[in-house]
Amino acid sequence: MSINTTTRVDFDVIASLVNPGARVLDVGCDDGQLLELLQNTKNVDGRGVELSQKGVNECVARGLSVIQGDADSDLKYYPDDGFDYVILSQTLQATRNPKNVLSELLRIGEKAIVSFPNFGHWRMRASLLVNGRMPVTEELPYSWYDTPNIHFCTINDFVDMTKEVGAQVETAVALNALGQRLGFNMPWGFWNLFGQQAVFLLRR
Amino acid sequence: MTKPNKAPAGNDQRSQEATNPHSPVVDFGADKPLRLDSGVVLSPFRIAYQSYGELNSDKSNAILICHALTGDQHVANVHPVTGKNGWWETLVGPGKPVDTDRFFVICSNVLGGCLGSTGPASINPATGAPYALDLSIITIADMVRAQAMLVDHFGIKQLFAVVGGSMGGMQVLEWASSHSDRVFSAVAIATGARHSSQNIAFHEVGRQAVMADPEWKEGRYLEQGTIPRKGLSVARMAAHITYLSETALHRKFGRNLQDRQNVTFGFDADFQIESYLRHQGMSFVDRFDPNSYLYMTRAMDYFDLAAEHQGRLAEAFAGSKTRFCIVSFTSDWLFPTSESRTVAHALNAAGASVSFVEIETDRGHDAFLLDEPEMFSAINGFIRSAARAKGLLQP
Repeated sequence: MSINTTTRVDFDVIASLVNPGARVLDVGCDDGQLLELLQNTKNVDGRGVELSQKGVNECVARGLSVIQGDADSDLKYYPDDGFDYVILSQTLQATRNPKNVLSELLRIGEKAIVSFPNFGHWRMRASLLVNGRMPVTEELPYSWYDTPNIHFCTINDFVDMTKEVGAQVETAVALNALGQRLGFNMPWGFWNLFGQQAVFLLRR
Repeated sequence: MTKPNKAPAGNDQRSQEATNPHSPVVDFGADKPLRLDSGVVLSPFRIAYQSYGELNSDKSNAILICHALTGDQHVANVHPVTGKNGWWETLVGPGKPVDTDRFFVICSNVLGGCLGSTGPASINPATGAPYALDLSIITIADMVRAQAMLVDHFGIKQLFAVVGGSMGGMQVLEWASSHSDRVFSAVAIATGARHSSQNIAFHEVGRQAVMADPEWKEGRYLEQGTIPRKGLSVARMAAHITYLSETALHRKFGRNLQDRQNVTFGFDADFQIESYLRHQGMSFVDRFDPNSYLYMTRAMDYFDLAAEHQGRLAEAFAGSKTRFCIVSFTSDWLFPTSESRTVAHALNAAGASVSFVEIETDRGHDAFLLDEPEMFSAINGFIRSAARAKGLLQP
């Protein structure tokens, strides 16, 4: 399948981390674009949870198995080990209790894939340093008072949290502003400065 | 498609439909008894049904539609008593989400009903008179057992889909729970896994209205040539309010007066809403058997899927391979979204595949029978996806 040009850059990275035929739960699946990509390219048994009812109804009309729900409060209904992968793409920073959500992902899934915007990116740092105001960028266009993103973190912060919940980092990928992967051998500090977003494959 | 002849409504015709319906019937004789939840063995018994479309060669394209409390098998054809269109022609028909060009669609009158399946208005072979209250209480699970025997009669091993709303949705959940391997996909709309205390309360009001009518004659009105018209009518009026929302009622009727400029300082139907409810009540009596109304409401009251599984609803769906689609409506206060959400969470816990949509509408519980484009597109998407998974549609 040809990937349409509006596919979010982290979707391709996430898809590359998923084994064919896997059972996948996408938490915060939005309009179902990633689930559809995974079904079409990886033949996964995909399910989704989405907060907005509009997103859910669109997904179901497209034939996807999706329910309305909240990452913070509704993951408890899923049994242990129900999925091979639980995906949280660009949603972690919008949860009320990211650490608890991460633990839940690794309870429900054998592996978790988490992608998030890196608040340690040099543009964020520069924006705060130079302007003295909360950064507003093309990718993160909200003002501080109306943003759904209440728990921003940096790549380094996230790595710390994986240790706190006892998760092992199996693969980590940082993407620059052009959506290109940063060099694999670079230290976390380099990624933390130049990665605009990161994708982590975690296991228990 | 069966097109019953339209005939004027009346008492005779109502009992005529119960005993000699405008529908094909299957008679299950002494060799095929039905053991009911009450412990009573029902035999013989009869199921009346309508069907649409063609069953394919490997019998894999059958969809069972389950009707609601006062519904019947005439889902997509003109009703033989009222002359009105089928009750779910918005959803079922050629090119519709339940596409009769593609699927073989069956809808049977439930056990305990009054449109040809064995019910309280049917003749009890032991006495030669109508069963009335001598018929055992029927449960949702009993209705489903009888439907399963009808499905057997067609030689269908697995239904491609079971679809229903309200009491029909209860049957869908019962099918998926107790006949899991015979249900490839399930669409349960505006329903719940149990009848709430409030819902039982409304049903009790309805039943008491019927039984308080002197014309009810302890249920023996058919033999005595009477009909508890007022009782059933009041029951329907009260129930009808629960099918609508306050917003929808106000939008439609407000405080508007009926064909008059001022209130009459009497108890005539001054307000349009009164006139409307009276009409709903009276026209219901023309097509529905009062005793059957008692049995149908009781069946819903007794439904509690979790209770059959030690209070754990997820157990009712343990190991299910069925694909579920749950639909609720924002303004439905009879089966509010929370009831559907409970079912969705139980299905999550059971590891089942579930889609759950809540449709924004102010039309209340009855929205499932109305033109709700978002509901149609969700159900259409779900059914097409399930059909691809079953190989009935090209990917």
